[in-house]
Amino acid sequence: MRPMPGKTLYDKIWDAHFVADQDGESIFYIDLHLIHEVTTPQAFAGLRAAKRPVRRPDRTLAVADHNVPTEGQGLGVAAVSDDEARLQLQTLERNVKDYGIEFFPMGDVRNGIVHVVGPEQGRTQPGMTIVCGDSHTSTHGAFGALAQGIGTSEVEHVLATQTLRQKKSKNFRVTIDGEPIPGVGAKDYALAVIGAIGTAGGTGSVIEYAGSAVRALSMEGRMTLCNLTIEAGARAGLVAPDETTFEYLKGRPAAPKGGAWEMALPYWKTFFSDDDAVWDRELHIDASKIAPLVTWGTSPEDVVAVDGVVPSPEAFESPDKRAAVTKALAYMGLEPGQPIADAKVDVVFIGSCTNSRIEDLRAAAKIAEGRQVAAGVRAMVVPGSGLVREQAEDEGLDQIFLAAGFEWREPGCSMCLGMNPDKAPPGQRVASTSNRNFEGRQGPGARTHLMSPVMAAAAAIAGHIADVRAFL
Amino acid sequence: MQAFTRLDAKAAPLPQANIDTDQIIPAQFLKTVEREGLGRGLFFAMRFDAQGNERPDFVLNRPEYKGAGVLVAGDNFGCGSSREHAPWALMDFGIRCVISTSFADIFYNNCFQNGLLPVVLKADEVQALMEEAKGGNHVASIDLEAQTVVAPSGRTFTFEIDAQRKAKMLQGLDAIGETLRAAPDIDVYEMRQALAKPWLEEA
Repeated sequence: MRPMPGKTLYDKIWDAHFVADQDGESIFYIDLHLIHEVTTPQAFAGLRAAKRPVRRPDRTLAVADHNVPTEGQGLGVAAVSDDEARLQLQTLERNVKDYGIEFFPMGDVRNGIVHVVGPEQGRTQPGMTIVCGDSHTSTHGAFGALAQGIGTSEVEHVLATQTLRQKKSKNFRVTIDGEPIPGVGAKDYALAVIGAIGTAGGTGSVIEYAGSAVRALSMEGRMTLCNLTIEAGARAGLVAPDETTFEYLKGRPAAPKGGAWEMALPYWKTFFSDDDAVWDRELHIDASKIAPLVTWGTSPEDVVAVDGVVPSPEAFESPDKRAAVTKALAYMGLEPGQPIADAKVDVVFIGSCTNSRIEDLRAAAKIAEGRQVAAGVRAMVVPGSGLVREQAEDEGLDQIFLAAGFEWREPGCSMCLGMNPDKAPPGQRVASTSNRNFEGRQGPGARTHLMSPVMAAAAAIAGHIADVRAFL
Repeated sequence: MQAFTRLDAKAAPLPQANIDTDQIIPAQFLKTVEREGLGRGLFFAMRFDAQGNERPDFVLNRPEYKGAGVLVAGDNFGCGSSREHAPWALMDFGIRCVISTSFADIFYNNCFQNGLLPVVLKADEVQALMEEAKGGNHVASIDLEAQTVVAPSGRTFTFEIDAQRKAKMLQGLDAIGETLRAAPDIDVYEMRQALAKPWLEEA
């Protein structure tokens, strides 16, 4: 008898959640459903119209994050001046009340960006299946959970059935080994991966991150890495759980306690890829070769080392890419061959589900401490949740940022996407710790450069894109 | 979901790769609680200038493409966010079929929840269609049952599509209704899990 090949972490999670096959599609179970105001109103409307209940309100958690202003949140929805946004938030409030779903409303210290809140509360656990109507749900893969973004119809499907219908994806392993140079971290690893394989490189795959540099990352670093997996086209990213994971989880509000913890731990430890697992694709990256990275264009794959230059369209082989680069450079207001570090910035945004956790803020504060934001630059720090904000204030980080000339704001998605009052004006250049540099993403006409929190802090001080290594 | 069987419609060329969901429908239009009416925001920054005037050179603003029902686009169409507002906006505008060499996963999946047919063709085929769509006589015919696209010139391309997805789209089946037929299996799964992973029940 031929021995069965080993399984990947993804295979194991898939198998553990398989419910049934129906007409050639798999129905698999969802352990945790995170919801927010923007992608759920039509799903609840659909449920109501069909008179269907929510199957597992206890496995559903709601937050208000995309639309919310990042000031005056103590007033609740009254703080929202935009009528449509307010209606959407009120609709969420009504829906969670009608269906008995736990909700952290605006102003509640537990509220914040959905992908910050889930892990922070201990709701995100190894071996789980997690979905949310948001593509950056991939973040939760940092815990060895299969976490995917879904559309509103599937949100309704999960509310009604607690399952999803899907076909299996391919297994793609990205191994990052080696010792990074100072100033380089998870954000740079992620940009390096996207730069290497492109925004469609992971399409149809689930990416598992392995290697010594990944093992060395904190949970927050792993969340940054998994968060950006969707920008490489893969719906989910994974890191196998280890002591770092368990240490992070222990004592969190929704983490198992006492005897339950003792039961959960051996179960969680089964979620790793077997040595003889079969990979459909592999990529190796040497962490020691990665410089601090920034994006120059309007796609997250448009990556360059901070000491590099803006590329020329002629440097690309495909005519489509050449046309795209020409268009991107015109939009970004950049010239081929120009050192990227010459680009003056108008706005600095430190926040988003990619980089708004306490370690991100600590790292940025270390660069900002004792320095001043350059004249004419608007720099803002937006913590990922009320609890992150509180923790940062306990550590005095708010005072460091304020003294340096940064704004210290209330939690939310903020300037990551132009859905709330935090937008960059047309033509302005933003050094941003967020995840997408698409045209108009941070406001119509705004020009986004993606980078790590320390690089964004350095840009704020310098007034232009700057090499953080000069600030360490 | 709206069923999709056959479509004869004008094809509009959008020869640009990586058209992301922020370009298809920018975030300011996501504040709605409705599925309808999103067509007004479709390709907003491409269709309108900063003053809100139509850009006359944008393909869907040109008179010969008014009423287009098919979009022929560059690689990796629909990358970016999970917003189902993207297929809703395309449908509301009148687009029922998008043809490209590749689609981003979440967008592709969202299309099948709504009766918007994403068709994957080879690069040279997309290129050929694109060229034909640039001409005057640009009605394309898409037959889902036969899995064919007939270009304006009469040239026929066949495409691959998952059999289950095809069947559901042909009938316009409600996925939730289908899954609920498996409710007894879900019940059994939940009972087993409650015993195996009791800590999740205490949350």
